[in-house]
Amino acid sequence: MKKLLLGDEAIALGAINAGLSGVYAYPGTPSTEVTEFIQGNPLAIERGIHSRWSTNEKTAMEAALGMSYMGKRAMVCMKHVGLNVCMDPFVNSAMTGVGGGVVVLVADDPSMHSSQDEQDSRYLGSFAMVPILEPRDQQQAYDMMAYAFELSEKRSLPVLMRVTTRMAHSRAVVEVAETAAPQNELNFNSQAKDWVLLPVNARRKNDILVGLQPSLEADGEAWNKLAIKDSKLGIITSGVGWNYVMEAFGGDCPHSVLHITHYPLPHAAIAQLCENCETVLVVEEGQPFIEEKIQGMLPQEQWKVIGKLNGAYLPRTGELSPDSVREAFRRIDAEVTGTEYKPVPEVAKPEVVVARPPALCQGCGHRSVYEALNLVLKDYENPRVFGDIGCYTLGFLPPFRALHSCVDMGASITMAKGAADAGQFPSIAVIGDSTFTHSGMTGLLDAINENANITVIISDNLTTAMTGGQDSAGTSKYEAICTGLGADPAHVRVVVPLPQSMEAITATIREEIAYEGVSIIIPRRECLQTLKRHKK
Amino acid sequence: MKLDIILAGVGGQGILTVAAIIGEACMNEGLLIKQAEVHGMSQRGGDVQSNLRISDSHIYSDLIPKGAADVIISLEPMEALRYLPWLNPETGWIITSSARFVNIPTYPAEDALEAAYKNQPRVVSLDVEKLAKDNGIPRSANMILLGAAQEALGIEYSKLEDAVRRLFARKGEAIVEANLKALAIGRDEAKK
Repeated sequence: MKKLLLGDEAIALGAINAGLSGVYAYPGTPSTEVTEFIQGNPLAIERGIHSRWSTNEKTAMEAALGMSYMGKRAMVCMKHVGLNVCMDPFVNSAMTGVGGGVVVLVADDPSMHSSQDEQDSRYLGSFAMVPILEPRDQQQAYDMMAYAFELSEKRSLPVLMRVTTRMAHSRAVVEVAETAAPQNELNFNSQAKDWVLLPVNARRKNDILVGLQPSLEADGEAWNKLAIKDSKLGIITSGVGWNYVMEAFGGDCPHSVLHITHYPLPHAAIAQLCENCETVLVVEEGQPFIEEKIQGMLPQEQWKVIGKLNGAYLPRTGELSPDSVREAFRRIDAEVTGTEYKPVPEVAKPEVVVARPPALCQGCGHRSVYEALNLVLKDYENPRVFGDIGCYTLGFLPPFRALHSCVDMGASITMAKGAADAGQFPSIAVIGDSTFTHSGMTGLLDAINENANITVIISDNLTTAMTGGQDSAGTSKYEAICTGLGADPAHVRVVVPLPQSMEAITATIREEIAYEGVSIIIPRRECLQTLKRHKK
Repeated sequence: MKLDIILAGVGGQGILTVAAIIGEACMNEGLLIKQAEVHGMSQRGGDVQSNLRISDSHIYSDLIPKGAADVIISLEPMEALRYLPWLNPETGWIITSSARFVNIPTYPAEDALEAAYKNQPRVVSLDVEKLAKDNGIPRSANMILLGAAQEALGIEYSKLEDAVRRLFARKGEAIVEANLKALAIGRDEAKK
């Protein structure tokens, strides 16, 4: 059966058809659609596959481990920076091993279309010493899911599947199975000696993990494809890099190509490629993970390794494109023939075209929050507003220019506290409802315990808006959470962020800034996007 | 057979619906498709585009190489010009709405935008917003634009109609009819 699917959807359907019992995730571009697809899939609903959003990536990863402990197949989905949040359970799940198969699906975002950095999850998978799979297109992503769960169970390790924005958010025609494999039965096979990571167990498990590495490399042999051609140039590709190489040659590449979809790196195949060439070009999406490792592997006097690092044949930052890869080949050709390399002339974008950055929706409640905040802060000499991650980060841009920082999920509250510790006043945090439950609550407890002189604004639009309006874990619980953590109920204030309420909002902000200690203001009004959807 | 299309607009205008209809029409003919989309932050009123590639043989890159697009379909006139580097300079067509979407203070003056279009040899420009309102189908401006693009796309008109019927079927007969009407208005206006 043929279906037109986003890369993320192909992954989701592949997992359902592989007998998935639960997906655990926190929304994050470009990974969100994996979980959303499972939430809406009739078979997943019929089978009762768990798919409710988790509070953050760490709780997601740990819940998946619990399901795996009981013998069932679980998937965890996140964006690249989400892997940082669940790094503790992720790395240690390689130590415990798994029961039912665990696939950790991480979607990297080179070019930072919707992210604060370009980190490459392959480094973190390698760090944890787990197998990494990197499909190049939607069909392969679908096809690899059943294998990923089998591999996870065969090696008793979580498997990291790494994709990037371009594949995750592109649709293609995918051939899919009509039927799904049965789900695993609940079992009690998991052993405490494997799962209790006291040093006595952990040392033994660490030896097992290290000892497994050669087998993990051998597992990839069937997947890592080598095609030898009579050429002095050898190419190593991974992920969508392969697509751009083939695009450049209309599908018929005259050079030897080793396409890597399965890590650890295949040393034997790399050696075989090198026997047949003098120069190795590495075409990979993301950071130069393969290129760095290959450079360390090959004697430089014998082989020239080129790519993003050496010679800048490909751009060091940002995602690859068919154009940047084509230009790399044109430059190499020019060097071989000894002619001068000139890039293909481009039609310029007309000067009349100006940037159109994203903006908060007209009528959005966050707008009233920033308008009020700016009105109040005019009266202070050096106010600092520590921001956080969500639609409201756009408050940094004109016309508001209201934020002084945005680092990672939850950092608004903790940074405001640290700044207050340093003597800053007024020290204000702006955080969204979903980000607050994701990573803000623990920081708020720190602030309350020390009675830090900060004002926290939890801008509550009743949803996880930036990623498209998913349920927010703490909806209707914010006052209770804050007072439960020990905030003074008199300084947990709710306002309605509407232009006509400006006087009330500004008065509340003024009073709470003046209060010496932790005060919390919750401007609450539903996101316009979800409101529109709910009205339909 | 190969058809590379760039769909452009401002977040929320509905370019993905246009892409979905074209995709549905072509997939029904057994053709292969790749369609790269923008999700996430840019959807909040920023510039958005989608690369739609259709072919009867394997499509490798999800992205259209520069200078290779056959058609730019844009729901906003400045946004169409943003993707000129991708348009085939010899044969490419621009099918655009002339209704300007001004949500930034730096938006160019009307005559500057018009001057930029004077250099473009193959353009169909229609005020699809106005046409939609005048014809009592205010929510179907994007389908008027698709109708206007039909000839440049080289997709049989009846195939687009069928795709509209299939894709809008679950929304009821009235919405199917409004969108079919929009398609016809676009096709006829483009010929004027």
